[in-house]
Amino acid sequence: MALNSNPLTSQPAPALAEALADDRRGAAAAEKAAPTPRRPFGRWFRETGWRHIIGIVMLLFCAFPLAYVLSASLNPGGTLLTANSLFSTFDLGAYFRLFENPSQPYGAWFVNTLVIGLATAFGTVLLGALAAYAFSRMRFTGRRFGLLTLLLVQMFPQLLAFVAIFLLMSAIADIFPALGLNSQLGLIMVYLGGALGVNTYLMYGFFNTVPASIDEAAKIDGAGHARIFFTIILRLVAPILAVVGLLSFLATTNDFVIASVVLSDPDKQTLAVGLYQFVSQETARNWSVFAAGAVLAAIIPVALFLALQRFIVGGLTAGSVK
Amino acid sequence: MTIPTLDTDDRASDRRADPATEKRRRRAAAFADAASAGWKVWLFKIVALGIVDAMAIYAILVLVVQEQWVIAVAIAVGVVVLNAIYLIPGLLPAKYLAPGLVFLFIFQIFVVLYTVYIAFTNYGSGHNSDKEDAITSLLQQSQTRVEDSATYPVQIATRDGEFFLVVEDPETGDLSVGGNEMPLESISSPEAAGYDVLDFSQILANQAEIGALTVPLDDDLNDGYLRTTDGSNAYLFQSSLEWDPVADTMTDTETGVVYRDIGTGAFTADDGTEILPGWQVWVGGENFVRAVTEESIRGPFIAVLVWTFVFAFLSVATTFVLGLFLAVVFNDPKMKSRKYYRVILILPYAFPAFLSALIWAGMFNQDFGFINQVLLGGASIPWLLDPILAKVAILIVNLWLGFPYMFLVCTGALQSIPDDIQEAGRVDGAGVWQVFRHIKFPLLLVSVAPLLISSFAFNFNNFNIVYMLTNGGPRFADASINVGATDILISMVYKVAFVGANRDYGLASAFSIIIFILVAVISYVSFRQTKVLEELN
Repeated sequence: MALNSNPLTSQPAPALAEALADDRRGAAAAEKAAPTPRRPFGRWFRETGWRHIIGIVMLLFCAFPLAYVLSASLNPGGTLLTANSLFSTFDLGAYFRLFENPSQPYGAWFVNTLVIGLATAFGTVLLGALAAYAFSRMRFTGRRFGLLTLLLVQMFPQLLAFVAIFLLMSAIADIFPALGLNSQLGLIMVYLGGALGVNTYLMYGFFNTVPASIDEAAKIDGAGHARIFFTIILRLVAPILAVVGLLSFLATTNDFVIASVVLSDPDKQTLAVGLYQFVSQETARNWSVFAAGAVLAAIIPVALFLALQRFIVGGLTAGSVK
Repeated sequence: MTIPTLDTDDRASDRRADPATEKRRRRAAAFADAASAGWKVWLFKIVALGIVDAMAIYAILVLVVQEQWVIAVAIAVGVVVLNAIYLIPGLLPAKYLAPGLVFLFIFQIFVVLYTVYIAFTNYGSGHNSDKEDAITSLLQQSQTRVEDSATYPVQIATRDGEFFLVVEDPETGDLSVGGNEMPLESISSPEAAGYDVLDFSQILANQAEIGALTVPLDDDLNDGYLRTTDGSNAYLFQSSLEWDPVADTMTDTETGVVYRDIGTGAFTADDGTEILPGWQVWVGGENFVRAVTEESIRGPFIAVLVWTFVFAFLSVATTFVLGLFLAVVFNDPKMKSRKYYRVILILPYAFPAFLSALIWAGMFNQDFGFINQVLLGGASIPWLLDPILAKVAILIVNLWLGFPYMFLVCTGALQSIPDDIQEAGRVDGAGVWQVFRHIKFPLLLVSVAPLLISSFAFNFNNFNIVYMLTNGGPRFADASINVGATDILISMVYKVAFVGANRDYGLASAFSIIIFILVAVISYVSFRQTKVLEELN
């Protein structure tokens, strides 16, 4: 992956999948436990009640910044100072002002982020699946070497080579301006440089769980390798494709370094770059506008994440082959 | 269910088959593939290859014109290999691997190697280009008008979207035309040579470009340039620097100081002063030497290096301790509504990290932020401006961002520990704490340790939180590079390369390589731990 791990979660992606899978299994086991008879309050508090107190403290800690930004976005006063009176007003003005300032093209950033994220996710899934199919289904010289090399290459995150990426992109811009510096297509290509690696590993493991007998049956029926891949295998491994695609989308939307290096024109930038520059120029004055931008920007990633959580678990635990 | 592994026996059976059968089998497979692929696949293949080939040929032509032979040859070889892979039947694995590998080679492997190369050059602002360009721009930027020189009547002409000066010789009245980097050449009339002469309103509309026109008198740049400010009269400008191509020196005609090319990528006087722009040269390990010897870089570099390790370690430690604690607290089947707690607890983890950091930066604001104004009742604590407090703030925010992950991981690990082990401990008389300390914790650590190591490696390069929260500040006062107390290595590299007027790509790349090495060591340790390599074998 472009960033080699999932920065949204500040953790490596495969581990996330495992963790969520474990989590679900545990929760399922717990739900099956028989209901316990009612206990006296003192005993209840000693055994369970104090856990709720910690839980409530943690809820405040977790939810507070999010509630704060939501409240700030609804405050027409607009500055950092007025944002401190939580939920005192309800005014959607900041959300409209967000789209009105041409020097801060929020709408363009939003669309750019979506387009770049979706294109990168699609490309990552396609390239990763092609490679995983080759590694999983074919036997060729250099196969093990290839797998090991991928493992080694991913130790050197693209993130660290951004100086070279910048210089490479400016050299490409001399020949193909549409693919070089300040080109979104170019940025997508840079992200696709990380399409193999972690993703191929995730997919490779999953591809291996699809029995080879399915391929063989299709082959006997006259299907070629391309048809087997596109019409049979890809459908069977759809859950892992979705997981990789979503992780790649989230990683792309969260990337600042490479996007800021490649894209210089404000109309072409992504939310991460645009909002950072916006807030670093006028933090205190236009805080409610920034807060509105942050709320809108977070909706898709948070929704995807909550949806993705179930999907990862479902995809990795349920067998897709009957 | 058969699970293919690295060493399946189908290869062995292939070897046993006699050559004739094998050949027939391959041909049959090729036929089957061809029959099943269909014309759509072929059409797609031909069109895609055609586009790639056309782009490659264009790129090669441009590179040949620029005399960039190595890259041109590399592209040629690459595109031939790509065509071979898709046009020759068979080579199936390559057909599936090639698309991903192309991007991997260019945007991951090549850029890493290129980083290594840049680290050994003086590339950066002031050293962007080659020597020829540097000489041209030195002579241009040091121009002053030659006093008492003739006035040249001029017209402004345009051709192909560029501007040119049509100059009338003040003595002979002959016409000649010239443009940027195009010395004057005589013509009979501008229209005959294909130029359109601008009228007054067009001149007004393009004042900036016309004012920037510097037309060399002839091929010897030392003879000077013609420039115009009003579009009707031009004057002779000469550089105060004089370039001697034979001796390879620049001489300042006013002070008489001679600047020589001493191999450092800029013309340098005997007393060590350089005139910039210079050009790009190979400087060997000088960037690395600078990083560890030059006092104004070494100090901040060591501080940043130490803080990077401290930050990565404390990030993992704090998130793990809190996550584990919460996992233990919530791991009670009798506790109701754990589900709802869990959803809220993973919210910080679902929220985009760069946004969280920006929001926290607002809350930590010294004068207006929520923490000082409301939580601390109007205090004025410089959370992000004091070196120690800024580090504390970063750790707090990172704790907020990172503990849900550890919570999920630890919950999973705790629940996978079989109950009967704990029961056995209980029966033998161990208390709750002892069971946790001596049974659960060691077992948990076995499954969680690899994740802790990869979490450490991630936080080592956790650019977003540092850059978005404190921007690396407060800045070190004594540093020659733009670095501050909370910068970690990756954000320092970013600032050296891209923030501020003085961009030093060479030094930044040298730092990148140092990070590469550190990351490699960390990853090696983690591989040893996780035994991923052993699994592959």
